Amino acid sequence: MPQVSLFITCLVDQLWPTVGVATVDVLRRAGCSVNFNPGQTCCGQPAFNTGYRNDARALAERWIELYEADPAEWIVSPSGSCVAMVRHFEELFPDDAGWRDRARRVAQRTHELAGFLVNVLGITDLGASFNGKVVWHNACHALRDLDQRTEGERLLRAVRGAELLSLDNPEGCCGFGGTFSVKYADISVAIADKKIDDIQSVEPDVLVSGDVSCLMHLSGRLARRGSPLRVAHLAEILAGRLDD
Amino acid sequence: MIESSAAIPFADNAHEALADPQLQSALTGLAAVSRERRRLVLASTNDWESLRDRARAIKDEALSHLDRYLADFADHAEAAGATVHWASTADEARAIVIALARQYDATTVVKSKSMLSEELELNHALEAAGISPIETDLGEWILQLAHEAPSHIVVPAIHKTHAEIARLFTATLGTPPDADAAMLTAAARRILRPAFAQARMGISGVNFGIAETGSIVILENEGNARLSTSVPRVHVALMGIEKIIPRFADLDVFLKLLPRSGTGQRLTVYQSILTGLATPGEGPEALHIVIVDNGRSRMLAHPITRQSLACIRCGACLNVCPVYQQVGGHAYGSVYPGPIGAVITPQLNGLGHAAQLPYASSLCGACRDVCPVKIDIPALLLHLRAQIADSAATSTSMQANDVPSHVIERLSFTLFRWTMRAPWAYRAATGAARLGQRVARAVLGPRWAQRLGVIAPPLRQWTAGRELRPLASRSFRDMWMRHEVPNVTASTSETEGQTRTSTPGSRS
Repeated sequence: MPQVSLFITCLVDQLWPTVGVATVDVLRRAGCSVNFNPGQTCCGQPAFNTGYRNDARALAERWIELYEADPAEWIVSPSGSCVAMVRHFEELFPDDAGWRDRARRVAQRTHELAGFLVNVLGITDLGASFNGKVVWHNACHALRDLDQRTEGERLLRAVRGAELLSLDNPEGCCGFGGTFSVKYADISVAIADKKIDDIQSVEPDVLVSGDVSCLMHLSGRLARRGSPLRVAHLAEILAGRLDD
Repeated sequence: MIESSAAIPFADNAHEALADPQLQSALTGLAAVSRERRRLVLASTNDWESLRDRARAIKDEALSHLDRYLADFADHAEAAGATVHWASTADEARAIVIALARQYDATTVVKSKSMLSEELELNHALEAAGISPIETDLGEWILQLAHEAPSHIVVPAIHKTHAEIARLFTATLGTPPDADAAMLTAAARRILRPAFAQARMGISGVNFGIAETGSIVILENEGNARLSTSVPRVHVALMGIEKIIPRFADLDVFLKLLPRSGTGQRLTVYQSILTGLATPGEGPEALHIVIVDNGRSRMLAHPITRQSLACIRCGACLNVCPVYQQVGGHAYGSVYPGPIGAVITPQLNGLGHAAQLPYASSLCGACRDVCPVKIDIPALLLHLRAQIADSAATSTSMQANDVPSHVIERLSFTLFRWTMRAPWAYRAATGAARLGQRVARAVLGPRWAQRLGVIAPPLRQWTAGRELRPLASRSFRDMWMRHEVPNVTASTSETEGQTRTSTPGSRS
């Protein structure tokens, strides 16, 4: 039985705990034993992406130490961008081969949920069902930093009753971008509008993504536009938990 | 680092660009065009990835021995009859070109498209010296008529709609207001053709300089570069130091990559390879190559920033950038817009001058995906952000009005770090936020987040266009620690529907 230690990102922990619950569900369905270390906090991505490398390094060191001590073989997170941050950790130690090596080793155990299911466990069908039309937003960091081009779609295609619709620009960014979303709020919202126009043109029942940061941004904009379109994390669809 | 006087107000520029219906209409379709172009590019080569790898390896080789290759290039170019000039600054480059124009009695010069000449603001300098430059690339010529700057590296007038150009031509050339693109082009041609014959000097850029042969390579579609470099008495070629490739054989890779990435063509209409001077009586009597540094050698110093110099100016990263697609090129306040501009401009002109540009990205990585020479633009943006954050800490190079917000930002991240370093602090902070949220909702009502934005700028920025997702009533960790995460055991759920499609670790 693959042993998984969860990396529940700050946004999931605080804003979208149901996604964490669904992630546990999905991993157990996939035959994993699942543990959660409550000592975990943030991976430091906001600091890293805004240029505050010393702050990011302090949190990276803490994160590395925490999961080095974790006996689980795998570390799995329902977020491509936070996993991408873990893969970036080694860049924070340009002058320290020891930390770089530790960062690399812990990063090798760390996977985004969809990538873990498809590429590590070799599972695409979790026996889930959902009746409705689904649109998949491939979050940029999973797509391009982790090179997960098809994993999310393959998992959704196997969901019984779900009709996966294709977007005109399936790889288009939603415009969130972390602190970009508040530093350049008007551009961020304009990009979201373009994405939402693309999504709404195919009239889905639910918008699914693998990163709650994109969903937080898109659902916030959808709500402001008065759209009733639902959003869900991939884990919630795969776990059959859309009770959010 | 040279600090230009005024900082580029990207945020304000972008705000105006988003509200400019004409610009928005001109930018419509850019995303679709770039996607279609990319599809064609990938369909027309079966070795795209290996071409990219080879191109980058060639550029890396050239850049790591740039001193030697530049010297080789100059030796071979001079042996073939060219004269090589070295300019370490824009001032020096301008002075060299003006001195050459005077030497050859050129009062009018024809110019083919050159981003370096834009970077040098050469037209202003020529005009101030009493020399009239005539842009002969159609897009550049339109902008010269309109007194505007290019907004794209390859398609300089992309910010203008057909209707705007028709109005401009009616006002300046007297063409009928309903003239179509062919009529407008014909009108431009009637004026530009005689200019080639009248000008004594032609100025061009250079796409590639070949060290092995001293040749310069110019790619174009309109034939104006070929005319500019062959009809006038003297040809002045402006070349950045990074344009060097070591060998003639290396050209093969770039002749495939640049047109495909730039315009979606398999080959540009014209490729000129000029090696020194032709036999007397053919072509210009003199070829002057001005090799310009203007801040580039600074980028060589660091392994991360060095890759900025691999750029072949194809413009592909602009076309796919969600930010560029929304705000266009002028918002970047620089000759080089878009993702590559956000990387190059701060390095050329100083961080303080362009401190907003590296943040003008969602870090989506689409630019890195399409870059024909695999420049890791997001990594460069992050590197520059780190430099800006560091320099803001000492407040040396930031604009005065940026300092307070940077001080607040720095304090926020310090606080963030200390909160996140201890689970108890994280729990205390999020618990306090939950309590605060409850109080705010009770006191301020359902629109509490927007109302709180008055005292919390990030909240104001968020809620200006989006609803705020509130903190959940209970965090995941609370649920886990209280054993409230439902236990779906493997035995009940693993029974059906699960298939193993491949061996662990395999990809498809």
